Amino acid sequence: MATLRTQEMELNMGPHHPSTHGVIRFILRTDGEVVSECKPDVGYLHRSIEKIGELCTYNGFMPYTDRVDYVAAMNANFAYALAVEKLAGIECPRRGDLLRIITAELGRISSHLIAVGTMAMDVGAITPFPYALRERERVNDLLEEICGARLTFNYHRIGGVGWDMPEGWDKKVLKFCDNFARITDEFDRLITKNHIFIERLGEVVVIPAEDAIDFGLSGPNLRASGVDFDLRRDEPYSLYKELEFEVPVGMDGPGYAVGDCYNRFVVRVHEMRESLRIVRQCVAKLPETAGENPIPKPKNFKVKENECYVRSEAPRGEMGIYVVSDGSDKAWRYRARTGSFTAMGAVEHLSAGIMLADLVALVASFDVVAPEIDR
Amino acid sequence: MNAEAIHQTLKKRFPDGVGELHTETIDPWIEVQPEHIADVCRFCKEDEALGFDFLSNLTGVDAHNDLLVVYHLYAYGKRHSAVLKVRVPKGKPVTKTVTTVWRTANWFERECYDLLGVRFEGHPDLRRLLLPDDWEGHPLRKEYMFPTEYGGIDNTRDYGF
Repeated sequence: MATLRTQEMELNMGPHHPSTHGVIRFILRTDGEVVSECKPDVGYLHRSIEKIGELCTYNGFMPYTDRVDYVAAMNANFAYALAVEKLAGIECPRRGDLLRIITAELGRISSHLIAVGTMAMDVGAITPFPYALRERERVNDLLEEICGARLTFNYHRIGGVGWDMPEGWDKKVLKFCDNFARITDEFDRLITKNHIFIERLGEVVVIPAEDAIDFGLSGPNLRASGVDFDLRRDEPYSLYKELEFEVPVGMDGPGYAVGDCYNRFVVRVHEMRESLRIVRQCVAKLPETAGENPIPKPKNFKVKENECYVRSEAPRGEMGIYVVSDGSDKAWRYRARTGSFTAMGAVEHLSAGIMLADLVALVASFDVVAPEIDR
Repeated sequence: MNAEAIHQTLKKRFPDGVGELHTETIDPWIEVQPEHIADVCRFCKEDEALGFDFLSNLTGVDAHNDLLVVYHLYAYGKRHSAVLKVRVPKGKPVTKTVTTVWRTANWFERECYDLLGVRFEGHPDLRRLLLPDDWEGHPLRKEYMFPTEYGGIDNTRDYGF
């Protein structure tokens, strides 16, 4: 019997494809269902945010940081504020720091809800997604109440926050925490401990710790590979030193292994629980700062020639803000190193020899969002 | 290790390739000659006392007549960091790739090439990353002029009001 001749095929996946999490294009070479090469083509969402950073005053740039990662805008605000504060030697009042951590951790929860919801959806489990989004809406309600926006918050300021919390807001946050704690357990029953789900993602695209570091993976993606490192604990900034929380790392188990897609999912589910703990502790500390003004005066300032690189733990990994000042009221250079950028850069190296459906699982497990890659 | 100790270790190993330690900035930085950067980085990663296994950030900065390529390194084991800088003239912005040291440098260098026009010798795939392939110029250079048209479509239409 004559054997069938097979031939490699060049395929375009995206830029508009439901599993690419934004406008991203993959140029694939496939042999049937097996990918032999995958070259991501990014830049469709490039808005030259780094150039804009050189054209705006330090205060005026804050709304643009929302757009660096609009799925977790609070954390992007936070990273920029921390960097400029360090550069200009500006102190943030304690109440401002507490409000920033509460909003940033709520932001992490809402970002991880998107991550785990879409990841389940991308491998075929549609149901968890609306449940995750339902909870995200509650987070958005809380954040809307404190700053007026549901997506691009523009809430943090250099040296504080834009508004103090409204009366009774802290009580609502605690109520959310109580409810959400129950819901994470439900979520576990629904999907995290679902056998079909574990079999689908367990031992898929395993990334050893050494490779993960070499690829520049960071945050949950790095921890899923077994590297026990979290900037909030290991290089603490803001008030994280005073807070107690665990850092979930990847684990071996029945059907799954450290560094696989399943671990990248589970680490995020656990991180949401830890964020709740952080939020609760910060809310408990708020009364100590009653009467303090967390709102800085909105005036322009100049920063003498200097530079600094400040790393912070954003939901998609390390967000490193590098700011160079030149003595004027605008940055000479603003640079955002983001978790999605390095994760997407790793896809090229990891995709050879995997199944096309596993490529979708890999990209979903990295939790990349296009704006954070392209900036 | 602190910045002085890191600098001394590097200076001892590369007396010609490694320049001064600059401490006037918040993060002290070490100047490295472009032709030595790949070797210095490899040493940074492989030397046991340094152990810089993580290239946290690689980017470029316009420095008037020159371009600076900035490397932010971090060591997960040792929990210390370092900043290296390479200075290349704008007229001939050529340095060596570090993709052979850290694979994450691949996209960082492509981005730096795209936005600042630094050419990394030995890079396996030095193409534009974020901008369209037919884009002209490198926007993060200070002398960059914003284009008035793209693909035959005017960007500066005057409506008269």
